[in-house]
Amino acid sequence: MGKNLFEKVWGAHTVRELSNGQTQLFVGTHLVHEVTSPQAFGMLKELGLQVRYPERTFATVDHIVPTDENKEPYSDELADAMINAMRKNCKDTGITFFDTHSGKQGILHIVGPEQGITQPGTTIACGDSHTSTHGAFGAIAFGIGTTQIRDILATQTMALNKLKVRRINIDGELAPGVYAKDVILHIIRVLGVNGGTGFAYEYGGEVLDRFSMEERMTVCNMSIEGGARAGYVNPDATTYAYLKGRPYAPKGPAWEEAVENWKSFASDEDCDYDDVVAIRAEDIAPTVTWGINPGQAIFIDENVPDPDQVPADEKDSVLEALEHMKFAPGTPIKGTKIDVAFIGSCTNARISDLKEAAKYIEGHHVAPNVKALVVPGSQIVAKLAEEMGLDEIFTQAGFEWRRAGCSMCLAMNPDKLVGDQLCASSSNRNFKGRQGSPTGRTILMSPLMVAAAAVTGEISDAREVFGVIEPSGV
Amino acid sequence: MALDKITQIIGKGVYLAGDDIDTDRIIPARYMKCITFDGLGDYLFYDLRHNEDDTEKDHVFNDPIYSEASILISGKNFGCGSSREHAPQALYRAGFRAIITEGFAEIFFGNSTQLGMPCLTVKTEVIQKLSAAVSSNPETVISINMDNLKISIGDEQFDSTIKEGARESLITGTWDPIGELLEGVEDVDCMAASLPNIDNQ
Repeated sequence: MGKNLFEKVWGAHTVRELSNGQTQLFVGTHLVHEVTSPQAFGMLKELGLQVRYPERTFATVDHIVPTDENKEPYSDELADAMINAMRKNCKDTGITFFDTHSGKQGILHIVGPEQGITQPGTTIACGDSHTSTHGAFGAIAFGIGTTQIRDILATQTMALNKLKVRRINIDGELAPGVYAKDVILHIIRVLGVNGGTGFAYEYGGEVLDRFSMEERMTVCNMSIEGGARAGYVNPDATTYAYLKGRPYAPKGPAWEEAVENWKSFASDEDCDYDDVVAIRAEDIAPTVTWGINPGQAIFIDENVPDPDQVPADEKDSVLEALEHMKFAPGTPIKGTKIDVAFIGSCTNARISDLKEAAKYIEGHHVAPNVKALVVPGSQIVAKLAEEMGLDEIFTQAGFEWRRAGCSMCLAMNPDKLVGDQLCASSSNRNFKGRQGSPTGRTILMSPLMVAAAAVTGEISDAREVFGVIEPSGV
Repeated sequence: MALDKITQIIGKGVYLAGDDIDTDRIIPARYMKCITFDGLGDYLFYDLRHNEDDTEKDHVFNDPIYSEASILISGKNFGCGSSREHAPQALYRAGFRAIITEGFAEIFFGNSTQLGMPCLTVKTEVIQKLSAAVSSNPETVISINMDNLKISIGDEQFDSTIKEGARESLITGTWDPIGELLEGVEDVDCMAASLPNIDNQ
């Protein structure tokens, strides 16, 4: 019997079993940002410990950086203290830091892959739940807490329970206008926001095989929204082609050797899974959330639920969500007026996301009274987009073109909703208060659907707004 | 490192209704602009407890009658969302020492265990009974026995579950794994030497 990728990577990184039955797991690559790490460096100091493998940790700043200016000191003193703490901690310990003037700064989950730091067959950890993004490369990537950041800094290991593995097959062909974001929102809708607890998700099938690395990252990114701490796709020729030539990817003779090694980690054909789920690509339509968790999602042509027609144990959640969203039961989501349109975040701020939205937005204009912003995921994405003239397409259409950062995905920076504004957002969480205002409302969707909402001023079907959508450029 | 052996938690409870209480709700992101965890307890459930003008809402967490509560009771999938340890840190610093729900998100569970704050899972009926008890009488004392995982109120006893590894580390005082991880560093160094490293120019 063969093994799946998770078992192989877990086995290759198991140092030993701990007294409580957990595994002491070696972390191949550790990623660090400014919000969840300063306390870990503090704990390390208190214990008199050093960073054991500084060359295996990489850092940048993303959550708190303002996206409208790159001028320091920041007007927000707390944000300023955080970026300076990050700089000092990296300098003192010899950790590579992609600073705001490096040309390489950005959202950590976009920076790691584009630098070639994210590689197959390894374990990756970061104090951020969207670390699962890196699983797109066939790595096992975990979001962790601050105490575990301390553990990794001190020992390059952490204590963890082994996960079960659920294979999710998406076979068939996606209709034009249906994107990777719709695929993952649909998976979460079907399996539930806690359906993945205790599991790693292995995404596969014809759709994932055809997907680009950027599309695979979008899918893996939201594994945690389905409760799965890790999600991955087996590495293949697409993975290797993406990595080749990236700054931190192996070079020369080491490249061939690395590819052979990476291939050996892919799940064997005769391997076992703890669970297998099949979803038909043809069953997926452009999907939007209607509630206050990412599993509360519907197709664009569906109505928001009626609390009287849902299972009894869901009724309270549906009522709570409808109340927060200010939606009447059983009404269409299409046509809901929006105030803000946000294209950005570690889910959907890569160059392919921006290209796809720009392709259709050209010649259109943002509706009056809608604030629309595009926040590239990294300085490299921004530069590429500017070289292609995408920034001009967006600004001519009435979008604001910003600097790289997490921006309005979690609003730890000046980009926030105000009052009960409703935001069409390409980000990953629609929790109450997530976008900076306790009464703010978020509807998650693909970047193209955000563009459509921006243009019409209401939740819309991008296929109708922009006419015929070509199959996405894979 | 000598840590407390967490074999029993006795305290008053408070009930927060609802499923899928996410970590953004436990501690809104804007209060994570800090470089220490000090004072986080003040911002616990901030947006649930406050109006937009920062005045206090009529909420169970603002009710002085529950100010001594050290056991939080809630619904399914508690602590979902962001991996922020700020969430369990805020709960701990606000005086909570155990959480009883119908289920936990995984990262939150791990973060809480590493703080020595047990996360116990019980059936819906037990949540109903516990919440009814603390809601009708805030002075109700809840006792959690980590050896047999029984939760008691007066003469009534309920079963709970927790991952065995977590229970083991809590009752043996090894819930912070750093000591044991450090003991393994020689093996770690061997592994580090055998695994590929990033080509760090």
